[in-house]
Amino acid sequence: MNQVHNRFRKLAIVGCCALLASVPSLAQEVKVGVLHSLSGTMAISEDTVKNSTLLAIDQINASGGVLGKKIVPVIEDGSSDPAIFSQKAQKLIQEDKVVTVFGGWTSASRKAMLPVFERFHSLLWYPVQFEGNECSSNIMYSGAQPNQQILPALDYAFQNGKKKVFLLGSDYVFPRTANLILKKHILKNGGTVSGEEYVPLGGTDFSAIITKIKIAKPDVVFSTVNGDSNVSFFKQLAAAGITQQQLPIFSFSIAEQEAKAMGTSLVAGGFTAWNYFESLKNPKNAAFIAAYKAKYGKDAVLDDPMVHGYIDVLVWAAAVKKAGSFDPDAVRKAATQLASTASPLGEIRFAENQSLFQTAYVGQFLPDGQVKVVWQSKGALHPDPYDALAFPGKSCVVK
Amino acid sequence: MGQFAIIAGQIFNGVSVGSILLLIALGLALSFGLMNVINMAHGEMLMVGGYLSYLACKVVHGPMSLLVAFLFAFVGAALLGALLELTIIRWLYGRPLDTLLATWGVSLILQQAARSLFGPIGVEVVAPSWLDGALSINHGILSGLSMPYVRIFIIALTIVVLGLLTLFIGRTRWGLYLRAVHQDREMAQALGVNTKLVDLLVFSVGTGVAGLAGAALALIAPVTPTVGQNYIVYAFLVVIVGGLGSLFGTAVAALCVGLISSAVQMFTSVSLADVFLLLTVIVFIQFRPRGIIYARSRSMKEA
Repeated sequence: MNQVHNRFRKLAIVGCCALLASVPSLAQEVKVGVLHSLSGTMAISEDTVKNSTLLAIDQINASGGVLGKKIVPVIEDGSSDPAIFSQKAQKLIQEDKVVTVFGGWTSASRKAMLPVFERFHSLLWYPVQFEGNECSSNIMYSGAQPNQQILPALDYAFQNGKKKVFLLGSDYVFPRTANLILKKHILKNGGTVSGEEYVPLGGTDFSAIITKIKIAKPDVVFSTVNGDSNVSFFKQLAAAGITQQQLPIFSFSIAEQEAKAMGTSLVAGGFTAWNYFESLKNPKNAAFIAAYKAKYGKDAVLDDPMVHGYIDVLVWAAAVKKAGSFDPDAVRKAATQLASTASPLGEIRFAENQSLFQTAYVGQFLPDGQVKVVWQSKGALHPDPYDALAFPGKSCVVK
Repeated sequence: MGQFAIIAGQIFNGVSVGSILLLIALGLALSFGLMNVINMAHGEMLMVGGYLSYLACKVVHGPMSLLVAFLFAFVGAALLGALLELTIIRWLYGRPLDTLLATWGVSLILQQAARSLFGPIGVEVVAPSWLDGALSINHGILSGLSMPYVRIFIIALTIVVLGLLTLFIGRTRWGLYLRAVHQDREMAQALGVNTKLVDLLVFSVGTGVAGLAGAALALIAPVTPTVGQNYIVYAFLVVIVGGLGSLFGTAVAALCVGLISSAVQMFTSVSLADVFLLLTVIVFIQFRPRGIIYARSRSMKEA
């Protein structure tokens, strides 16, 4: 008797679920994937990019959705593991039938997802600065190319007479490629490379490297050290009696978010280069900050990749409207034909190579973890995936 | 910076790296040497010590906070070690492979627990202000040499711990029991030594010292859920090179590993220094398979 009763209850539940599931589809929905690391070592950075992506989706839904459809995000966890990123991307495209995916952070995760998006002719919106040297028609690269972040920082250092550069990085694809490009430009512009060192990801002992820096006596250190290792590096540098006044450190993997997590006093005085700082003054940024803090709490800190995650959704929606369709091919073509628009970053638009026109900023960390802009490029820079000195003869042509 | 200052600086760095390795390896040497237990969760005791000192520093402020933090880290890690011994290791004696797997599982559980409790990003222990700065030499042939107080402090701490452990083993009654069990477990048992209690004590002291190492390491590096993984391999290396069951051998081995890796790092990169270190150890083991100092013991006759 009981069993029969139970079975009825199950049936009833299943029936209700089926009904519930069918209701939204009547109200016209479209699914998009949001794929970031919500666990593991990268979660600290990627969790907040997921938040700003969801904020943009909320805002679009509040103003009537796209093509009359409500956007429904399908959130997946890449677990800081490139292999899982690849699996989850495939799952989103094949099982969830999402029309596009917003996500990824490390170059390793992007490289792992790239073949999936190419095979299924889908489209990935990638929000983080990277090393260039890649050009796929199935990815929209909104993060900075080398000529929009590290090279402007190098120009700034040279303008200030700092021509003896020490290159330091974590041992993986982004720092190695970034330093390859930097070296070519340093030598071409009459500077010297006084050292080039790598530590394994997560490495904690910088004693020998700091001694090498002391011997080399550089004017400036360009650091592409990623993650927790930065804490060890800055702590041990301070303990060795080297201050940022004597030896400025330019960090390319530390934004406001990381500065807050590391302890703001450690990085104060150091330099960084991005396409966005929370301290930028423009109406779009003020509105973005207010909306984010209203949704996620007033202690939230905003940074460059979060804003890129946010504008990716807005540009996608605008491109869908222009194309009149969710088809990835039509959307990516429409995205590169959109007119320049105001955003929290300033004026932006996607170039023909599917990377973003954007302004480069060099900033200095203040004791409260915010960044003061000390230099900015004249207007938005054209994105250049293949540096002419480091990768001669290569150019990016999307099909 | 003169030639001598650079050499002296690198020797100092080597000793400093070696002293951290020694703190970690001491506990392993005790449990591995005495009980033949390969404790894969030893690195996580380091991590636990780091987090405990972080918690202690949040509660207690002022110049003496560090002392409280160290005490807290030692006692906390020792208690956790005791729990581990009582609940798992005790039941798996004589089955080294099973212990290895079980402790590896414990290590994964502890890592994930730390991730859930404290988040994936590391936490920071800010060293008290009296450890800021460095001892700088501005005259003579060593001009330009600067030795951070934090590293000097860690070296001093290691010497104190090594001294106390030597006294404990050489001069106390429990130390005598320990040596007796090490030499011949059955005979010691027959003469009335409570070997189970000795094992428990030794294992807890070993994990406690690892906790202390974690607290010391937190002064120069962030405390992350995986911090133990960076050091466990080197710690095993030190124990094997040093020779089983010899604290003095462990100390010499830790110093050698620290000095070699910091010297090689000066001429090559960090990754190549690791390769060189491993090759050196492999060659060394070929000639002295029982390590630098080999303690004669009947229990290891068959080994």
